[in-house]
Amino acid sequence: MTTETRPKRRWQILVFLAPAVLVYTALMILPLFGTLKLALYENVNEQQVFVGFKNFATLFGDPNWSEAFWRGLKNNTWFFIIHMLVQNPIGVAIAAMLSVPALRFKAFYRTAIFIPTIMSFVIVGFAWKLILSPLWGIAPGLLDAVGLKHLFQPWLGKEEYALTTIALISVWQYVGIPMMLIYAALLSIPDEVLEAGEIDGITGMKAFWKIKLPLILPSIGIISILTFVGNFNAFDLVYTIEGAMAAPNFSTEVMGTLMFRTFFGHQTQPGDPNMGSAIAMMMFLVILAGVTIYLFFIQTRMRRYQF
Amino acid sequence: MKASRLAGVLLATTVLGTAASAQETTLTIESWRNDDLTIWQDKIIPAFEASHPGIKVVFAPTAPAQYNSALNAKLEAGTAGDLITCRPFDGSLQMFQKGYLADLTDMEVLNNFGDVAKSGWSTDDGSATYCIPMASVIHGFIYNKDAFDEMGLSEPKTTDEFYAMLDKIKEDGNYIPMAMGTADEWEAATMGYANIGSKHWKGEEGRKAVIAGKMKLTEDGWVTAYEELSRWGPYLGDGFEAQSYPDSQNLFTLGRAAIYPAGSWEISGFNAQADFKMGAFPPPVLPGGDCYISDHVDIAMGMNPASPNADAARTFLEWVGSPEFAGLYSNALPGFFSLSNADITLEDPLAQTMVDWRKSCNSTIRPFSQILARGTPNLNTEYWVTSANVIRGTMTPEEAAQHMQDALDSWYTPPAQ
Repeated sequence: MTTETRPKRRWQILVFLAPAVLVYTALMILPLFGTLKLALYENVNEQQVFVGFKNFATLFGDPNWSEAFWRGLKNNTWFFIIHMLVQNPIGVAIAAMLSVPALRFKAFYRTAIFIPTIMSFVIVGFAWKLILSPLWGIAPGLLDAVGLKHLFQPWLGKEEYALTTIALISVWQYVGIPMMLIYAALLSIPDEVLEAGEIDGITGMKAFWKIKLPLILPSIGIISILTFVGNFNAFDLVYTIEGAMAAPNFSTEVMGTLMFRTFFGHQTQPGDPNMGSAIAMMMFLVILAGVTIYLFFIQTRMRRYQF
Repeated sequence: MKASRLAGVLLATTVLGTAASAQETTLTIESWRNDDLTIWQDKIIPAFEASHPGIKVVFAPTAPAQYNSALNAKLEAGTAGDLITCRPFDGSLQMFQKGYLADLTDMEVLNNFGDVAKSGWSTDDGSATYCIPMASVIHGFIYNKDAFDEMGLSEPKTTDEFYAMLDKIKEDGNYIPMAMGTADEWEAATMGYANIGSKHWKGEEGRKAVIAGKMKLTEDGWVTAYEELSRWGPYLGDGFEAQSYPDSQNLFTLGRAAIYPAGSWEISGFNAQADFKMGAFPPPVLPGGDCYISDHVDIAMGMNPASPNADAARTFLEWVGSPEFAGLYSNALPGFFSLSNADITLEDPLAQTMVDWRKSCNSTIRPFSQILARGTPNLNTEYWVTSANVIRGTMTPEEAAQHMQDALDSWYTPPAQ
C-alpha cells in the first residue's frame, strides 16, 4: 500500500549535488580530518606515533603552551569585541545615512568606503605601519598640526596599544562589508511600511529605531557571525604588521600566530606539525562552538518579517 | 585548437629543457641571503663558471625569516635545490640527522678550517661535518665619523666613556645617539644583548659554564648584561618601540643617528647608502676588564643528498672551501669574514677594522645558539623577547634573567659532572 504512494526516486538531486559535495569533501572535509589525525600523533625518531590526546594535554597542561594559548584566545576575543563595538555600529550608521533619499554622491561614498575591503591585507598592513611610524609617518605630523603632538605614541610598539591599534586598522579595512549588507537590507524595506509609520507619526530617527532596525536584525546577526568567524581566524594583518613573533612581547598574539609559529617553526625554532594541528583543531572547535550557539540559540529566536 | 597549441608549447619546453641539460649541469643554491643576490650573480658565480665550464649555478634565495621552514618543507617535498646554505648549529644538525644534508667529512678542503669554524656544522662529538664553513659575522658599533668630528668625540674604550659619550650626543641634540628599535625583537637581542653582553659573562667561559650546568642565567654576568642593556632606552630615537630594523638602518645611513649597534653584515649596505665617513669600535670594556666580541659562525654550505647533480655539487663545494673563494667572498661581501685559515687581506677599511678585533679581543659565539636552543621554549627566541622587554623597560633585568633560567630549566638537564 505504501509502495504505491512512495514518490519516484529523484536521481537528479544526487547528480546535481555531486559536484559541490565532491569538491567540498576533497578540499575541506578530508583536510579537516587529516588535521585531526595529525593532532593525535607525535614525531618520535622521525616516525609518526599515535599518542591519543597527549598533544592536547600538553597544550592545556604545560604552562609554556597553555599560557600562550589562553593569551591567544583572549586576544582573539578582544579583537572580536572591538569589531562588534566599532566596525558593526559604524557600518550600520553609514548604511543608514546612505539610505537617506536626500543624500547626494551616494555612489561615491559607497565605493570609497568599500574599496579598502578589496585591497590586499599586505598593502593595508604596510600602509598603516608607515602612516603610524614615529620616524617617517604622517600621523605625528598631523597631530602636531592640530597641536596634539603629545597624544602621539608609537602605538604599534607599545604592549598596551598594539592589539587595539591592529583591530582598528582591520575595522578601517572591513567596515565596508557590514555597510554593504545593511545597505542592501535597508533598501529591501518596502516604502509602504515606512509610509504607514509616517501616517502614525513615526518619522526620522524614530523610524530608524522602531521600524528599520527590527527589520534588519537578521542581517546584523549574519554580520556578527561573519565577524566572529573572521576574527577568530585572524592572522594575516597581525603577521604583516608585527611579524610571526606577535611583537611587542607577544601582546598581539592571536591563535593564528601561535599556530603558525608552532606548525611551520620560526627562525631557529623548528616546526612541529603535530602540536600545530592540535592548536588548529582548537581554533576550529572554538569557532564551531560560537557558530553553533548562534545558529541554535539566537537565529531560531529571531523574528522574521515577510512582506 | 587552443589545446593543441598549448600542448605544442609544453612539448617544446620539455624538448628544449632536456637538450640544455644534456650539455651542462645546473646547480641551484638555497639561501636566506637575498641581500646578496647581485653579488652572487655578478661576482661569485661568474668566477666559478669561468673556471668550471659545464656547470651553471643559480642563486635562489628566500626571505630570511621564512628560510628554515620553507627549506624544510621543500626538502620534505623533494623540491629543494642542490646546494643548501647552512644556518649554524641545531637547524642544520637536525637536517643532517634527517638525511637532508650529505656527510662531507671526507672532503679534503675541510682541512682549510679550524675546529671552532667547523663546530657550527659538526655533530656534537665532532665526528661528522656536513657543511663547508663560509663566514662569520662580528658585532660591534659603527659610527658616523663626520658627526663624531663635528662634536669632537673619539672612540670610547670603556663603558663609562661610552655612556658619557651617549649623554653628550643627546645633550648636543643634533643626532639621535643610537639607531636601534625594538619592533623587530631580534635586533635588541643580537645587536644588544649578544653584542655588549659577552664581556659580562666572559665569552666562551660563561657560555660553556651554562651548558655544563655550572652557572645559572640568574647569576652576575648574565644579569649585569641585562642591566647594561636596560640603560639603552633613553638613547634610542623617539618612538623606538615601533622602529623596525630597516627603519634603524635608514636612520643611520641618512645621517640622523650617530652610532649604530651593528653586525658586520651591514658594511656593504652602509657603504652603498651612507655618504659620510664611517668608523667602528668594539663593545667598550668594563673598567679593568678584557675585550670580548661576538664573532658568530654564521653561514656555510652543504649538499642536498637527493640532488641528481651530486658530482657537480661536490665540485662547487670544493671551490667554496678553497682560498680563492675565501678571498673572493670576504672582499665581495665585506662584513662576512671567511672562517678559512687562508691569509686574506680585505680592501674595505671598515671590514678590516672589524676583523682586526679578532687579534685584540676574545671571540665568542652568540650565547644561546649551541645546544641551548634545542628545546621548547627555545632560548634563542626567548632572549629576543626578554632583551626587547628590558630595553622597553617593561621587564626588569632580574625578571628577564629569571625568565630565561625558568625557560631553560623547563627542558634542559646539564650533562652529569
